[in-house]
Amino acid sequence: MSPDLLKLIFGRLSIDSLPLHEPILVGTFVMVALGGAVLLGGVTYFRLWGYLWREWFTSVDHKRIGIMYMILGIVMLLRGFADALMMRAQQALAFGGSEGFLPAHHYDQVFTAHGVIMIFFVAMPLVTGLMNFVVPLQIGARDVSFPFLNNFSFWMTVGGAALVMASLFIGEFARTGWLAYPPLSNIGYSPDVGVDYYIWGLQVAGVGTTLSGINLICTIVKLRCPGMTMMKMPVFTWTALCTNILIVASFPVLTVVLALLTLDRYVGTNFFTNDFGGSPMMYVNLIWIWGHPEVYILVLPAFGIFSEVTSTFSGKRLFGYTSMVYATVVITILSYLVWLHHFFTMGSGASVNSFFGITTMIISIPTGAKMFNWLFTMYRGRIRFELPMLWTIAFMLTFVLGGMTGVLLAVPPADFVLHNSLFLIAHFHNVIIGGVVFGAFAGINYWFPKAFGFKLDPFWGKLSFWFWVTGFYLAFMPLYVLGLMGVTRRLRVFDDPSLQIWFVIAAIGAGLVFLGILSMLMQFAVSFLKREQLRDVTGDPWDARTLEWATSSPPPDYNFAFTPVVHDNDAWWDMKKRGYQRPLMGFKPIHMPSSTGTGVILAGLATAMGFGLIWYIWWLAAVSFIAMLAVGIGHTFNYHRDFDIPADDVIRAEDARTKLLAGAK
Amino acid sequence: MTVAVNPSQTGEPVFYLADEHPHPEGYSTSLGFWIYLMSDCLIFAMLFAAFGVLGANYAAGPAPKDLFELPLVAVNTSMLLLSSITYGFAMLTMQQNKIAQTQMWLAITGLFGLAFIGIELSEFAHMIHEGATPQRSAFLSSFFTLVGTHGLHVSCGLIWLVTLMVQVWKFGLIEANRRRLMCLSMFWHFLDVVWIGVFTFVYLLGVLR
Amino acid sequence: MSTDTHAAHADDHHHDDGHAHSTFSGYMLGFVLSVVLTAIPFWLVMSGALPSKQITALVIMAFAVVQIVVHMIYFLHMSPKSENGWSMMALIFTIVMVVIALSGSLWVMNHLNSNMMPMHEMTGMK
Repeated sequence: MSPDLLKLIFGRLSIDSLPLHEPILVGTFVMVALGGAVLLGGVTYFRLWGYLWREWFTSVDHKRIGIMYMILGIVMLLRGFADALMMRAQQALAFGGSEGFLPAHHYDQVFTAHGVIMIFFVAMPLVTGLMNFVVPLQIGARDVSFPFLNNFSFWMTVGGAALVMASLFIGEFARTGWLAYPPLSNIGYSPDVGVDYYIWGLQVAGVGTTLSGINLICTIVKLRCPGMTMMKMPVFTWTALCTNILIVASFPVLTVVLALLTLDRYVGTNFFTNDFGGSPMMYVNLIWIWGHPEVYILVLPAFGIFSEVTSTFSGKRLFGYTSMVYATVVITILSYLVWLHHFFTMGSGASVNSFFGITTMIISIPTGAKMFNWLFTMYRGRIRFELPMLWTIAFMLTFVLGGMTGVLLAVPPADFVLHNSLFLIAHFHNVIIGGVVFGAFAGINYWFPKAFGFKLDPFWGKLSFWFWVTGFYLAFMPLYVLGLMGVTRRLRVFDDPSLQIWFVIAAIGAGLVFLGILSMLMQFAVSFLKREQLRDVTGDPWDARTLEWATSSPPPDYNFAFTPVVHDNDAWWDMKKRGYQRPLMGFKPIHMPSSTGTGVILAGLATAMGFGLIWYIWWLAAVSFIAMLAVGIGHTFNYHRDFDIPADDVIRAEDARTKLLAGAK
Repeated sequence: MTVAVNPSQTGEPVFYLADEHPHPEGYSTSLGFWIYLMSDCLIFAMLFAAFGVLGANYAAGPAPKDLFELPLVAVNTSMLLLSSITYGFAMLTMQQNKIAQTQMWLAITGLFGLAFIGIELSEFAHMIHEGATPQRSAFLSSFFTLVGTHGLHVSCGLIWLVTLMVQVWKFGLIEANRRRLMCLSMFWHFLDVVWIGVFTFVYLLGVLR
Repeated sequence: MSTDTHAAHADDHHHDDGHAHSTFSGYMLGFVLSVVLTAIPFWLVMSGALPSKQITALVIMAFAVVQIVVHMIYFLHMSPKSENGWSMMALIFTIVMVVIALSGSLWVMNHLNSNMMPMHEMTGMK
């Protein structure tokens, strides 16, 4: 075939794009291919495709979508953590003339992919998944406001993740760091597909995130059950509301800034170039207007989880509910006023830097208030040290430390010394792992029995907990030291041999965290095998306080046979205390949304379009785009999107639960 | 929405609704669509920010004074304004359940929208022909992107309008279609609001500079 | 929850969509106001009627703000009551965000330019 024709069909994709010369990647590919073949073969052998498609992929049930988000987050955690292990190993080895085992070309992709994956495809799915699963249950709703959109959002997130994963074996990923600053990320310095993978991966996932944000805001605003006024909402729902407001208010900014970078790369505009009046600093400014709210998007729901967990396992009403709510709202607003602290050193001058330094320090006030609220909730409580509570206590210790180093960094003169050093790396891992990751694990351990009807195994859970916590401290405390000594981030080789010991300690810490992750996977496996012993039939295994525990575990498709009526903050606690009797008759048909495959198809087409754009396969991009329009418009011609669960089915499900409950007593 | 819940007659607290009605279809739609518009508003705000910061970087190339023809912009603005009022008439006739008239006003709205896009494209073509391409300077990059994004939105609105006309033609002014027309109404008027910002900050202030 | 006013609905669904308030006179009033509020700024700039550019700029920006409000009220039917006030709340929040991000970016980038560009005079910094 002629080169022109090949180019027309494959764009710049060629056999050379496959990294056949990199043994690490080939090995990984073989492993992934084998694992994938086993998985797909297994699914085919057990004839699960139909079941998966009908009951999960096309499901619009917020609980299933939530669980799928969690699975996505955990799978991507393995990928992101593999990158982390490689970096720690490289930095521990590359001393005394050694180049380590990662060539620069590969190492730069590894640290970029690590950051991108951990934020967008681990932390975001875990947080979104928990919100999706829990919020409608907590507010006594049957589903979210726009169930189809919810399914679509999830598959867009998967599409973005798929693009980032594809970069591992087809072409390469960005070598720019996780925010892809120009001019490095511009076409002149990054002519390859790496940055394009980055752009389209994030754009595809970003659409999903924004839509799911709109969806959850509407759900919380419009679908709360009777009696649940704003100030009677559970704290997790409050934090979810604020987080989704932040998502809707900040992800458009990311969309714009990436779109402008795309124009620079594809069309040759001059937004962020060095010539023709472009300004790379404008990119830095814009992306942090998204980037700072993003960290609060992640951590606010974690705060919500800790609030639920603390009050449940202390057996007390949450101390200072009102102040907790106001602190959350204040953080929401303030998170928009601090973005410049990510680039104090860019040169805006004293007045700008002091303004943003002060606003940054102010954020520690509402956060500190929350910390005291949790402490006072525990004070004189009868604390049960179950797994969610352990993670919460580890969070409180770790997050305070990370918060304090954050205040340090908020001082502009100090930041001039510490900017881009490993001190910064240690700081944000300290708050993101200590806050978001520990929060997600607390949430997983807390709500797992609600989702599946059995508790997670405590032995492997505790093992995972101790490996994670000690591993975290070993891995990141040395980075504070190194940062103070002036080591900057993203370095591949080192000259000064006295630094090596710290990197070795950090690598050992990363190894411990790896054991923690393995223990967690073991925990899931063991719990599944021992599910009959760990079974909870009451639907309320922790003697908890909020509405999600009022229904069965796992909850029926319709969540609640009758919409609950709420009188108190701790609605379920109130119901238990005042002798609530579960209704046993009078069931009616329940109106529910129907499943649809449109979300999967649309997201698949969007991903294909992204792939076409990345590789300059213009026909693929055009065809997918037109198909997307056609499918999208076609979907609007379907006016029958709901069905009624017959009363008989409701009666059957509720009777089964009645029997279980009777058996439990 | 927040129904005041009183204890039932017997004094026992009520913990569930024995007799409930599901939320009507599209119960959250108008709020959801409004929130979407707010996110879109932020997209435009960021494009305005880019224009605000980069809009004076001509890179020794053409400046607004050399490029913008205010009479043409004024004509274009009036197209959009007229399309707004005709969409309003479509909504009014929709409320009176007059399908034919609703369709007519929608069609007229679409024509005005089309005229707007046509004028904008010819303006762009003229500028590019003169060498004022999006690649020429940061000012032109941000100008084309901001105005072009608005134009892209109007084009999407037109596709949506045609879709809705087909749906009204096929299924009539049923509740779902009314809701959709109402969402498009919000979208259309929102674009008009954005255009106020565009002609003021980009064209008028640009020429003034 | 505001009750639906239009008679066309046979069903008694409660929903407070925006077009509950729309009337012919409302649309016409909005249209006439917008035409006036558009024409004046164009005329001011095209004729150079005002002596100073600064004043002209301020005046046309004021007109833009007023016209946006007019559109919000007469075309988008914003009112503090729609959606139990949530629409208004979302709008106000968005305006705050837009103002912060826009003015912040301009401020930050402006300072950066004056500090970092050697050909400009260093003012205020030292």
